[in-house]
Amino acid sequence: MKTWPLIWAGLAVVALVLARAVAVPDGWLWPPQAMHLPLARWISAGMAWLTDSAAIGPVTVKDLTRGFARLIEAPYEAARVLLVEGITEGRGRRATTIVPPLSWVAVTVAAVALGHYARDIWLGLIAGALMLYLAVFGQWDSAMITLASIVIAVPLGVAGGLGLGIAALHWRPFERVLSPVLDLMQTVPTFAYLVPVLVLFGFGPVAALLATVIYAMPPMVRVTLVALRGVPPEIVDFANMAGCTPGQRMRKVMLPVALPDLMVGVNQVIMLSLNMVIIASMIGAGGLGADVLESLRRLNIGGGIEAGLAITALAVVLDRLGQALATRAGGGRGAKGNWLRRHPRTVLVLAVTLISAAAGYLIPAVQDWPKEWTVTTKGFWADLMQWINVNYYDQLEALRNWTLVNLLIPVKDFLLALPWPFVLGTVALAGWALGGWRLAALTGALGLFLAATGLWEQAMITLYLCGVSVLIAMCIGVPLGIWAASGETAGKVIGAVIDTLQTLPSFVYLIPVVMLFRVGDFSAMIAVVLYALVPAVRYTAHGLRSVPEELIEAGIVSGATRGQILRKIRLPMAVPMMLLGLNQTILLALSMLVITALVGTRDLGQEVYIALTKADVGRGLVAGLSVAAIAIIADRLIGAAAKGARERLEGGA
Amino acid sequence: MTRMCLARAAATATALVLFGGMALAEVESEDPIKLTLHDWTGQLITTNIMAAVLEEAGYNVELVQADYLAQFAGLETGDLHVAMEIWETTGREAMDAAVAKGGVVNMGETGMLAKEEWWYPLYMKEKCPGLPDWKALNDCAAAFATAETGAKGRYLGGPVTWGGFDEERIAALGLNYEVIHAGTDAAMFAELESAYQRKDPILLWVYAPHWAPQKYEGEWVEFPPYEAACYTDPAWGSNPTATHDCGKPFGPIWKVGWAGLPEKWPGADKAIRAFHIENDAMGAMIAKVDLDGQTVEDVVNEWMDANEATWSAWIAK
Repeated sequence: MKTWPLIWAGLAVVALVLARAVAVPDGWLWPPQAMHLPLARWISAGMAWLTDSAAIGPVTVKDLTRGFARLIEAPYEAARVLLVEGITEGRGRRATTIVPPLSWVAVTVAAVALGHYARDIWLGLIAGALMLYLAVFGQWDSAMITLASIVIAVPLGVAGGLGLGIAALHWRPFERVLSPVLDLMQTVPTFAYLVPVLVLFGFGPVAALLATVIYAMPPMVRVTLVALRGVPPEIVDFANMAGCTPGQRMRKVMLPVALPDLMVGVNQVIMLSLNMVIIASMIGAGGLGADVLESLRRLNIGGGIEAGLAITALAVVLDRLGQALATRAGGGRGAKGNWLRRHPRTVLVLAVTLISAAAGYLIPAVQDWPKEWTVTTKGFWADLMQWINVNYYDQLEALRNWTLVNLLIPVKDFLLALPWPFVLGTVALAGWALGGWRLAALTGALGLFLAATGLWEQAMITLYLCGVSVLIAMCIGVPLGIWAASGETAGKVIGAVIDTLQTLPSFVYLIPVVMLFRVGDFSAMIAVVLYALVPAVRYTAHGLRSVPEELIEAGIVSGATRGQILRKIRLPMAVPMMLLGLNQTILLALSMLVITALVGTRDLGQEVYIALTKADVGRGLVAGLSVAAIAIIADRLIGAAAKGARERLEGGA
Repeated sequence: MTRMCLARAAATATALVLFGGMALAEVESEDPIKLTLHDWTGQLITTNIMAAVLEEAGYNVELVQADYLAQFAGLETGDLHVAMEIWETTGREAMDAAVAKGGVVNMGETGMLAKEEWWYPLYMKEKCPGLPDWKALNDCAAAFATAETGAKGRYLGGPVTWGGFDEERIAALGLNYEVIHAGTDAAMFAELESAYQRKDPILLWVYAPHWAPQKYEGEWVEFPPYEAACYTDPAWGSNPTATHDCGKPFGPIWKVGWAGLPEKWPGADKAIRAFHIENDAMGAMIAKVDLDGQTVEDVVNEWMDANEATWSAWIAK
């Protein structure tokens, strides 16, 4: 195994020579035209057939999907009536409200009560305070529109994930088919399947809702599989002995036992649904996502930040309540007495709802938070931006130019000058070195797919932008992770910052970044780094914290300094975990591509975005699948490397 | 929580049964007419005015968020019914293609004229006194240059999807400039705002009606005026071997609808065709929303109250 470093070094030299000195003949730099498969045309034709003429018996596929959309529309409309519109009579400007929607008072009290039920009054107060934030900053109406689609999307995602997970558990072939499909669902950029979703399910909020479900469901399927497989076999045997039917065994025994694990999946569904808020608003979901987009189009940065933080606030409320409910799940129910006594909080919420609805007719402030009471920080943000812009632009411009000239442009030129067979060979060789011939075949085949799409140039630009961004994200993220693991306070502060970074829609900081660094690759890189930083920090900190105490004590006993313990014990032990972090960083960087297309990059993300605006199904899906191919290559290679690292550690220990 | 929801839903259902039948009828169909919303303020205002007018006439209206070009797929099938702003400058091709396929009809001009062209802030005239004549651009290329464009001037173009033939224009007119495409118009105007605050050079694609020409002082570059032949016939214009040696076309903003609309809602069809508003009025409303921070709803209500005579003529029987 000592020969590998030599081989890699040799390849690097060859690459440099190829890129710098050799004039590559036509057809060797980029895949020749003859190799391109008309994939986009095939997919578009297939899609047209599916929507126009495909039928199962007398029912066309389109009728089926439209019927499904109507089925979902009903509960969604009910949620909107409850949270947003109330019941009105008449139309447009002449509309009068007959029954108002839930007032802000009622929703806030419900949030407090749910927090109290799930854990304690402190959680309740936090949830209530965040709901008040929505009211005070004038985000209430939009937040309720978003909430109405979240309360439909999350149960759908959870139920769908649970169903697919259980099916895969019982039926092996299904699992084998499902697994790559899940990979694709998580790696194909959402924009790529928005157009097919629109065509199949119609324009409007329901299509947006379904796109959200597609995006948010995969983790639930995976968690379901893991959680149900993790149910101890003794418990399953016991259920069989007790004479449960398979259905009973699942409902009464396995699901309750796996509940705490399943709640992790529910949490993921909630977080991912909220991640989709902005993109969903582009195809008609409205709500906070639309507010963010509209504010930023007016360069109202403060407005964008406020609406963006409202999304974060909703995410935090739902996340914390979900986690508390998960730890509570399975806990005893001790209260006795009649229904009223057993459900004091439900009674309270019901009472507040009715009273506030009634009082709302007399005092409108109880129903709708009055406009005059809202606070805004708009002016502050605008002034801050202007101040930075006017006073520090020259320094920022110098930084930008330096990075462009010394890092971005050379890397880009280098990658674009490499002949494609060389890149393909290197990828396959890396697969062979890390995981044997199977991995080599997979990475080679995916590389060949990229060559056959005719998007080689865009793929290489993607590689360059993501590669540089990931490198920088790791350079910042790993030290931050080490710092976060060094103490309680540091951990908490850094934790809060990266939580915000993850839930705050990236569009919110994209526009200020453009104001300071102009459109182009540098701005895109900053946005990608900010977003992809999160797992680098999180996994590093987690890996360092979970190093066994005995090892550290052994280090202390043998007289190692703090620095030595970090370098010689904790960091090497944390390597497998940090590699997982790297893996996640790459996946997040790739998922940001479509967003950075909005500041004018020329990579696969731009290709997906162009296809979206032209409603070109085939083009979008081909570009989306190309992104997925890159993601899967990276994922498998790093996964194999992490496995190797773990085995070496265990072998050495 | 669930119980409360159920109780509410039950109440809702009853109320719907009780009050559902009371809406004012007398229109040809109770089905909602779906108007599309895009992502620029002017279009939101136009569409909301149209929606309010149709509601006054008793129609059921639904506003649907849809992409500017992706919406044609929905208009052809009747999923969507009306698009209020298709610009001659950016949407003409897609509109013509959809009309040719059938399923979509052109419902006439809105009365507004779309203008888009290269634009610079007024302070740039000090650094480049020859402007707005396009012939001055090459002399000032250095003033508009940046690190990544080298000696060439930097022109910030619209998103790739807007088209616009700027690369062709630069080649045909022999301009020493490079097009940098912004990904969205938000990014484009973010750069303008930033440069304007610092009084730094910038040359970019600006369109009207929009808030930017209202907020910032500046001028459009004057290219040889557009004629259809300029885009198709190389012999036209100063460069005998290339097309696109002229400025960008100006033209009306069109209303477009689903082909089945005139049959299903004849009254609404008449009202939509009658809709007419001009650049000045629209520019003022856009400024109220984007610069003064009023809501679209308020601005539309204000217009509806002030122009009752106008819009009641559109829906008069």
